[in-house]
This record gives sequence, C-alpha cells and structure tokens, in this order.
Amino acid sequence: MPMLRLDALRAVYPTLEPHVVVTIMGAVAAELQSLGHRPNFFYLQHAMGLASSIGLGIALTRPERQVIVLDGDGSILMNLGGLTTLARYRPKNLLHVVFDNESLLSVGGFPTATSTGSDLSAIAAAAGIPRTATVRTIDDFTRACDEALAARELTTIVAKVDASGPPAYVTDLALLENRFQFHRYLQGPS
Amino acid sequence: MSPVSTSHSRLIYQALKDSGVRLVSALPETWLVHLIRMAEDDPEMTLVRLAKEEEGVGISAGAYFAGVASAMLMQNHGFLASINAVVSCAQLYRIPLLMLISQRGGFGERDPWQTEGGGVTEDVLRALHIQYERLSDPALVPRRIAQAKTLAYASNKPVALLLERDLMWEEAGR
Repeated sequence: MPMLRLDALRAVYPTLEPHVVVTIMGAVAAELQSLGHRPNFFYLQHAMGLASSIGLGIALTRPERQVIVLDGDGSILMNLGGLTTLARYRPKNLLHVVFDNESLLSVGGFPTATSTGSDLSAIAAAAGIPRTATVRTIDDFTRACDEALAARELTTIVAKVDASGPPAYVTDLALLENRFQFHRYLQGPS
Repeated sequence: MSPVSTSHSRLIYQALKDSGVRLVSALPETWLVHLIRMAEDDPEMTLVRLAKEEEGVGISAGAYFAGVASAMLMQNHGFLASINAVVSCAQLYRIPLLMLISQRGGFGERDPWQTEGGGVTEDVLRALHIQYERLSDPALVPRRIAQAKTLAYASNKPVALLLERDLMWEEAGR
C-alpha cells in the first residue's frame, strides 16, 4: 500500500507549523486544513502550476523566512518551466514538496505522465535544482524534509503517494478570507 | 544602435522605481531590452527572469504577500500566455498586478509574426475588465505609471499599461 498523503502531511505538520506554506488546490489543501489551518498557510485553489511561483516570489523577497511549497504532479506538470526559474534563483529558504499520486485525482483520477514513466525528481535535477529526492515511505519523507531544511538549500522532494483523497474538496475556509489573513500574517513580525 | 528608445526606457524605469516597485519579472522582448538591463544593473531591484509569463503572476502574488511592490514586463503575446493565471490567481484572489505590456503588432509593425496579437490585446483586456491605458506620450509616463500602480494596489486588481510604438521605437517613419 503506497503512503497516504494525509499520513505524510500529519507526519510533517509540526515541521510545517512555523513556516510559510503555500499549497495547491484539491486534496492537498483540504487535507492540510483538516489537520489544522494556520494563518501562515495559503491554499492556491486554482491557477494550477503557480504554487511554486508564488513560493519563489515570497522566498526571494523574504529571505529570513523558510517557505515550503506543497505541490502535486498534475500541477507541476503544468509549469515545468517554473522549475528552471526556481533553479536559476536557487533560494536557500525554499523547500518544494511534490505529492505525486500519478493522477489528476480531483477531476476523475485520470493518469498523469508520471504514471507512464516521467520522473519529476529527475526533471527537477536536470532543471538545476541542487537537491532532489524521491521518497515512498513516511520515514523517508520526514527525514528528507528535515535534511532539506537543515541543509538550507533549494530542494525538491517528490513524495509518491496513493491516489486517494478526502471525501470533499470545498472547505469552510473562504478563498478571500485565507488570502487576506495570509497577507496580514506576512506583514507582521516574523 | 537599436531603435528601441533608451531615454524613454529610462523614463519608464525611473517611474517604476519612484512608485516603489522593487521586483520586476520579465521575459526578453526587443522593446523591453533596455528596461530589463536597467533592472539587472540596479542593486535595489530584484529581477526575475521567467520561462513563461504565467509564472510572473505567481511571482508578483508572492511578492505582494511578502509586502514588496512588483511589476510584470512582457510583450502582449506574453500577456496572452498569462491569462489563466491572471484570472484564476490575480482576479480570483484579488491580487494587485501592475502589468507593463509592449503593444506589438500595431501600425508600423514589420515582423509578420507579431501582427496577430496587436489586434486582439485591447479586446482581451476589456473582456477581462482589466483597466488599462495606452502609453505613447513620454511626458505622461511618470504620471501614468504612478497612477496605474496606485489603482492596482487600491483595487487589489490587475491594471495594464500598453507601451506603444511611438514611445518605445525611435526609428524615423516607423
């Protein structure tokens, strides 16, 4: 049984807690919220592919903050060029996690190209991301996250997870409420 | 010597600086070469070179969240390439965006490959309800850029300035 994304998120939640977190839409957003929303968590509920670009924008302008992007295979496949932009600027304060369930789960579970052999950590490495890894177990995932944060170097971790998600994707947190709260949080003391 | 106007590029760049912009994202385009070099040479400016313009919407959103004013420098075809991000990031989340768009494909355009976008850019801006002004008079550059930035950040919406041939290109009769 592949690792469940919810279990992976639960395992690293204490690690995420103090940092600036940007997620993609769908299961990642709903599951992270189910574990506990925080004002320093922003969920990009559309604009697939741009979570990593938003994370880069924050990382470059707030070098004193650790930024963690929780991406997905379907999303990053829409912005592979963005990996080359991440690699070009190589912010030391950005950790890029890609949950790879090899499917577009929230829209019917159709397989993505990672199901037919495309290797996202190899793509990230070839784009120039200095540290990359593919992990398949909770222990390896938490260790890879801890090592990336300790290394203070741009890292892409591809976490292979089961193609299953929460029963619903719409949560009680309104998009604009999240956006204004997150903006206000980042204007405060770090 | 390229006919791209260095003096007007300097005017535009200075207006961006004066309005508080400290990060610009860009993709190379002939009319923008001086502006991109000015951003590159300025230690007070963060220049983010993109692979595709859509990324610039995310970069600007991130900078906005972090409290840093930004601008996007792009060709109108780059604007056309960024539209889903404009709609489903900037407009959905009410993110201010200052977009400086070189308006290729208008009267005087010699490059056949640039001739399609010029005719549709304004229609697309209007369809998206993005407020915009055409910028051709150098005397108005400082004021229009300051005004565009003020409106973008007061409204939390994308605002566009179309940089026109008369402003950016200095070749006589073209």
